[in-house]
Amino acid sequence: MALILLRRPYGWEPMDLLIQIIFGLLAALIIGAAMMVVTVRNVIHAALWLIASFFAVAALYLTLEAEFIAIVQVLVYVGAISILILFAIMLTRSSEGERLLTKHWWAAALISLGLFGAVLLPTLIGHTWNIPLPTGPVDAPETLSGVEDIGRGFVNEFVIHFEVAGILLTVALIGAIVIAFEERSRRRHVLTLSEEHILRQRQQATAERVSAVADAAD
Amino acid sequence: MTRAIPLEAVLVVAAALFCIGLFGALSRRNLVGVLMGIELMLNSVNINLVAFWRYLEPRFITGPTFAIFIITVAAAEAAVGLAMIIAIYRTWNTVNIDNVDSLKG
Repeated sequence: MALILLRRPYGWEPMDLLIQIIFGLLAALIIGAAMMVVTVRNVIHAALWLIASFFAVAALYLTLEAEFIAIVQVLVYVGAISILILFAIMLTRSSEGERLLTKHWWAAALISLGLFGAVLLPTLIGHTWNIPLPTGPVDAPETLSGVEDIGRGFVNEFVIHFEVAGILLTVALIGAIVIAFEERSRRRHVLTLSEEHILRQRQQATAERVSAVADAAD
Repeated sequence: MTRAIPLEAVLVVAAALFCIGLFGALSRRNLVGVLMGIELMLNSVNINLVAFWRYLEPRFITGPTFAIFIITVAAAEAAVGLAMIIAIYRTWNTVNIDNVDSLKG
């Protein structure tokens, strides 16, 4: 990656160096946190590293000047999905067993490394992207589409997609409830605090009576 | 921004993230770990979409819009997947994928 960064097409400025350092740190954080997610033994630690990775990706969106996506990333991924994952871990806490990975984990490693080294990397480096040349004056600010354009797109050209996404969310909500629903008859009875208190009092009274009877017998 | 960092650097980061997520999804024994790998892969696709939008077509909104759709799909997938994990845990009392093999012929 350092090689790519060194191959600068245009002039050089101190601001560029700062951006490059920030980008390098973010890339290291994203990749490092993702590595921790897939290799760390404790599932809760993996979930926390996943949150770190999500945050770093949000910061990368900020450097790419996509502010709205960055905020949506923090809201949806960090705020909702990670909490959902943490709750699932809490509800399914079980004996994890000896092994962290499956029997054929080396095949998975081979597939991923092969995909990265043999397919993705040569394609990405070898391809020439036709990046549009800046038009107009040299230091003119680029026109970027902002939140307003996204909102307008949702009610104009992407209205069908928007509706389909809404239906998808509704179906997923109903589906999740139906799948995770437990019938009342099969549910384990959980005692409330007052019930537990009464039970404990009764047990104590029984124990005292038994000891009293034993004393009387002596 | 586009001058300081070439497009390829962002794409390489996204590709690495995708491969790490793929490895996690294929090799973790814990079902929740598999789901975490899938989330990483979806994140890398989002990075790609935003990068292509920023570098190639900054004036159109197709990139961010589809990134938002993928975030929606990821949220729906996480909700249904975690509900299924909880249902599996209730039925088999395990979340290890090699113990959930009742479809094996």
